[in-house]
Amino acid sequence: MDAQLLTQIPHLEEIAHRGAFSGTPEKHTENFLERSSRENKILPSLEDAIRAAGLKDGMTISFHHHFRGGDHVVNQVVEKLAEMGLKNLTLAASSLAAVHAPLIRHIKSGVITHIETSGLRGELAEEISRGLMDCPVVFRSHGGRAAAIRSGELHIDVAFLGAPSCDPYGNANGYSRDDEHMACGSMGYARTDAEYADKVVVLTNHLVRYPNAPWAIPEDNVDYIVVVDDIGDPKGIMSGATRYTKNPKELLIAQTAAQVIDAAGYFYDGFSMQMGSGGASLAAARFLREMMLERNIRCRFALGGITGQIAAMHEEGLIDRVLDVQSFDLDAAMSLKNNRFHHQISATYYASFLSAAAVDQLDFVILSALEIDTDFNVNVLTGSDGVIRGAIGGHPDTAAGASLSIVVAPLTRGRIPCVIDRVNTVVTPGGTVDVVVTDQGVAVNPRRPEVERKLRRAGIKVYTIEELRDKALALVGRPDPIRYTDRVVGVVMYRNNTIIDVIRQVDES
Amino acid sequence: MELIKTAAAGTMESGDIMVTIDPRESGGITLDLTSNVMQQFGRQIEAVIRETLGELGVEHADVQAVDRGALDCTVRARVSAAAFRAAQRENEQWGET
Repeated sequence: MDAQLLTQIPHLEEIAHRGAFSGTPEKHTENFLERSSRENKILPSLEDAIRAAGLKDGMTISFHHHFRGGDHVVNQVVEKLAEMGLKNLTLAASSLAAVHAPLIRHIKSGVITHIETSGLRGELAEEISRGLMDCPVVFRSHGGRAAAIRSGELHIDVAFLGAPSCDPYGNANGYSRDDEHMACGSMGYARTDAEYADKVVVLTNHLVRYPNAPWAIPEDNVDYIVVVDDIGDPKGIMSGATRYTKNPKELLIAQTAAQVIDAAGYFYDGFSMQMGSGGASLAAARFLREMMLERNIRCRFALGGITGQIAAMHEEGLIDRVLDVQSFDLDAAMSLKNNRFHHQISATYYASFLSAAAVDQLDFVILSALEIDTDFNVNVLTGSDGVIRGAIGGHPDTAAGASLSIVVAPLTRGRIPCVIDRVNTVVTPGGTVDVVVTDQGVAVNPRRPEVERKLRRAGIKVYTIEELRDKALALVGRPDPIRYTDRVVGVVMYRNNTIIDVIRQVDES
Repeated sequence: MELIKTAAAGTMESGDIMVTIDPRESGGITLDLTSNVMQQFGRQIEAVIRETLGELGVEHADVQAVDRGALDCTVRARVSAAAFRAAQRENEQWGET
């Protein structure tokens, strides 16, 4: 093209900046198989990837928790960062588990100085509750984290994402269509990290041929790939199938929850739902299934963490679509792989308040709780001894999004009352909790008088939340308050990333 | 009640309490209590154990209690059973007292 011609184009500055065409680069001539083994994103070692990503002191690294208790990625990467002498890093994981206790050492040595997560368990959680970290841990819901990543409140410099399958260009997934390789199913939480992190490193133990379709993470989101021997312990990542409970208390709660849904008017042909992975929520799915078969009712979509029970109902034709942000068991992962309408979604799509999220389309959700108070606030994060031992997950997101949020819990766990005056930590605000179902009675939030009327009309005995609290206290006695120091060790964010509560250091003196 | 030998009652199951009583000549009741609900209920469990022993007329004993969230009624039952066993009164007719 004649450069002279450029001068004749009106508004040139507004429509093109790169000047005139200057010829094509040299063409590839080798076949694509040769090419993908020669030119790709694979680096020889994790250390090379860390250097290539430009990771420096003070930066933020991120991880996903789709490998749950079997994860070997977080420890492996942080160990390497410590070895390389990096300091003062923020570790932002979608969640952390008991397997991450080795982080304690790296916190003490200053490699990790801040943590963001959905939850903490085990030794790491206990140490943090005792004041291990100077800067409080920030707890966010899955939706809140996705929103914070998108808004820049949580800026990720380098994401280290473990993937059970990846091709030489970075198309990564929690399973592979090519073989029966170890799977984690959906990689929904990792998708948001991959999309927004400055640099993305995929760690895989299973390199497959291009293109690894279908993928969770597309290659254009991935910068570097490291092939490692071990990304996790398959047994810790998932078990065969989440089993149905035989606990009579949980069965009673489940049956009551199913009756509540029906009585409240949210059980109709074409309804939508989310079930937690707790014993009672899972059992509720079984009762709903019977009701669906009996009345010839179908579910339009099931959302969230998906279990084998939901997958089986999908295969049975009872659930039209499954939206899967996290597969809880191998049966769910297999269904994601094999069923076209079992669909993988990102954390943003699932629950971010910054977009129209799937949680906003829920008719009902069944959620577990450690504690519920007389204002209907729910705690799923700190145990009855004040020590961190749980995860927010999608609790506040789904409670806010669903038309009917049902919180299920036994009235007492051992000697610990579950309905009390004030929860230790507010995770889900009472304003979004509609019905509490225990083994010893149902309470309806006074904000939903029409629900209470419908339940009564259906013959369900409804108590006030104060009556449930009194029943619990009559059984176990009134507990002494937990002793805390003034020091804040954790900050709990609501799904819109405002601070809803703090967690204090436990006082063991 | 006069204690003769070391005796125990209860299990380590959730919701139970394992109570071991050692007789001794003097020095009152010493109590070594561990509980998974220590912060919230330790005080109450100790009070129930001491009260139960008092009602049984046990004045001197070394008591070890490992609590797994037992309710007060369970604590009472286990302490009583351990004390009666320690006193070698195993064939007590519980319903007729």
